[in-house]
Amino acid sequence: MANRLEIQDLWVSHEGKTILKGVNLVLPLGEVHALMGPNGAGKSTLGKVIAGDPNYQVEKGRILLDGEDITELTPDERARKGLFLAFQYPVEVPGVQVANFLRLALKERLGQEPPIAEFYARLKEAIELLDWDESVLSRYLNEGFSGGEKKKNEILQLLVLRPRYAILDETDSGLDIDALKVVARGVNSMRGPEFAALVITHYQRLLNYIVPDVVHVMMDGRVVKTGGPELALELEKRGYDWLKAEVAGA
Amino acid sequence: MPEDLKHIADDYRWGFRDEIEPEIALKGLTPETVKKISEAKGEPAWMTEFRLKALETFFKLPWPKWGPDLSELEKKLDEFYYYVKPPAKGPAESWDEVPEEIKKTYERLGIPEAEQKVLAGVGAQYDSEVVYHKVKEELERQGVIFVSIEEGLKEYEELFKKYFAKLVPPTDNKFAALNSAVWSGGSFVYVPPGVEVEVPLQAYFRVNTAGFGQFERTLIIVDEGAKVHYIEGCTAPLYTTEALHTGVIEIYVHKNAHSRYTTIQNWPTNMYNLVTQRAVVEEGGYHMWLDGNLGSKVTMKYPSTILKGRGARSEVLSIAFAKTGQHLDTGAKLIHQAEDTSGRIVSKSISKGEGRASYRGLVKVSPRADRAKANVECDALLIDPESKTDTYPYMEIENETAQIGHEATVSRLADDQIFYLETRGLSEDEAAALIVRGFLEPVTKELPLEFAVELNRLIELEMEGSVG
Ligand SMILES: Nc1ncnc2c1ncn2[C@@H]1O[C@H](COP(=O)(O)OP(=O)(O)O)[C@@H](O)[C@H]1O
Ligand SMILES: [Mg+2]
Repeated sequence: MANRLEIQDLWVSHEGKTILKGVNLVLPLGEVHALMGPNGAGKSTLGKVIAGDPNYQVEKGRILLDGEDITELTPDERARKGLFLAFQYPVEVPGVQVANFLRLALKERLGQEPPIAEFYARLKEAIELLDWDESVLSRYLNEGFSGGEKKKNEILQLLVLRPRYAILDETDSGLDIDALKVVARGVNSMRGPEFAALVITHYQRLLNYIVPDVVHVMMDGRVVKTGGPELALELEKRGYDWLKAEVAGA
Repeated sequence: MPEDLKHIADDYRWGFRDEIEPEIALKGLTPETVKKISEAKGEPAWMTEFRLKALETFFKLPWPKWGPDLSELEKKLDEFYYYVKPPAKGPAESWDEVPEEIKKTYERLGIPEAEQKVLAGVGAQYDSEVVYHKVKEELERQGVIFVSIEEGLKEYEELFKKYFAKLVPPTDNKFAALNSAVWSGGSFVYVPPGVEVEVPLQAYFRVNTAGFGQFERTLIIVDEGAKVHYIEGCTAPLYTTEALHTGVIEIYVHKNAHSRYTTIQNWPTNMYNLVTQRAVVEEGGYHMWLDGNLGSKVTMKYPSTILKGRGARSEVLSIAFAKTGQHLDTGAKLIHQAEDTSGRIVSKSISKGEGRASYRGLVKVSPRADRAKANVECDALLIDPESKTDTYPYMEIENETAQIGHEATVSRLADDQIFYLETRGLSEDEAAALIVRGFLEPVTKELPLEFAVELNRLIELEMEGSVG
């Protein structure tokens, strides 16, 4: 099917340990979905596997992007098709200036060298939206960034690269309320018929600002429940134990 | 053309050759060869004597017992050409006088365009002889001398004699002795007191005869309060036989003068590159060595600065890139001889495949050098599991007030960095090259823009097909 990111019965292991045990999930273009679940459920693993992390072994299942099977593609091939992962722990790359890096990445995204004017227009717009200072552009990629700055930098990349499908892995964790609002503003500005996001979070808090169309709950390597925004509120109130019981009982 | 002058240049960027037959080609290391070189250049008797004595010194001095393996080189000494004279009349003042064939070579090297841009003067060395040389008129008016080393000897003998081989005498080391015996080509630069040369002086070198050892000799004198930046780019075609490059660079930085010497060398992987670079800095003066070493089979190179006058300063920034079959043994020396002198060494090495990059450095503080400060930072990046690096940081500190810092790191190309960059659309090779460029950034940011761009391009080529 075109216009959706689809995960079909995905089984994934890492060094012999099975982490994902048959994940099914559909993210249609134009929607924002939240992915919640307790620590260790496999949320980050799912994000990384969708992005193509070679450290994980796909045992079974498929990942379809706009109907195309991308399970065997390299991470950069996936990125060039419009997939983006905002890392839970963004990586430091010393000596590589943010602006320089963004220009290279945008070149790959567009398939050609971006016109300088367009490149700067994108940078400027993104930086303003994030209430940031242009000085960040000459800093080295994530090096010496605070936890919050690293998260903001992931959103900066999202805004400049304008992917079709974005996975945001706990972009809210470690942010104060002001930073959280800024990040949410960035993500919300991307919303539209040509964009979809899977927002991984522990907390309902972020979902007050990025209101999801659909909420999925993951436990022990599976998506165990899917519902509307009210599901997040319920989890906030009652925790995960009742769900565990429900899954066990089913 | 003899078989050993045939090149195998397909995958080497500068690997084209010209069909020019040299006028004179001298093979073998003998007093005869040395005499003929001196004769061909029309040198004064004292220089012929100097060369012959240096040859004796060369044979007397032992081969180094440390560092890379030179046993193959030892066996081959008589197979190299020690002098090759291309068919040109001598230094040409204008582009028009340069022979057509040689011009074509330069065009492929991009020199005419480069000249139009920021060059103050172009000293281009074609094999042993400088065939094209030009100094901008305003520099001449200021009294700046920028000529071939041969012309320096001919036209400015007194000045030349006062400085030549005083900093690096033939007895200094075996390869300095060899160079002193057979030197040919290189630059002679003099900047008069108070003259600040704002644009870099550049020299392009090219080795163009197989088995030919290039023995360039450069002498730079920066007089009181003067300022200069000298740049040398080196690149040579590939040969079927091994080649030898043994240079000697001497730089005199007078009181309150400011000087920089930048070189990016990209040698074919069958080249022995054994160079002695030394500067002496008087009171309040400053000298920077910026040294990029790519390619070669063996490189041994330790740019040195003698901080002779009070408050003299120096920085030595270097890059070494060693791939399979290559051993680059590079580093720096800071010799503090006066009070309040300060120095900084930044050495960045990359080893790929089975390549080996070694850092070898010396910081020496003499008893009278009160409050001397030195900081050494050497960082090694290993691309593959079998890549090798080692560090030999020597310290001889004879003054208690000295402040010496030393920091060494070894890191590996990290999977998580590669993955992160790949998720932004960069291929594995591009990601690796970008990480390497970032690693080198503290040094490359000091390079003039065209050189930084060129170096980054070379790094990308070196990194192709590197991971996976
Ligand atoms: N690279 C890894 N090395 C070792 N264990 C891992 C790795 N990645 C994931 N795991 C394991 O897989 C499980 C799921 O982890 P993760 O995907 O990070 O969960 P979540 O993001 O939901 O907290 C955990 O038990 C974790 O220890
Ligand atoms: Mg996680």
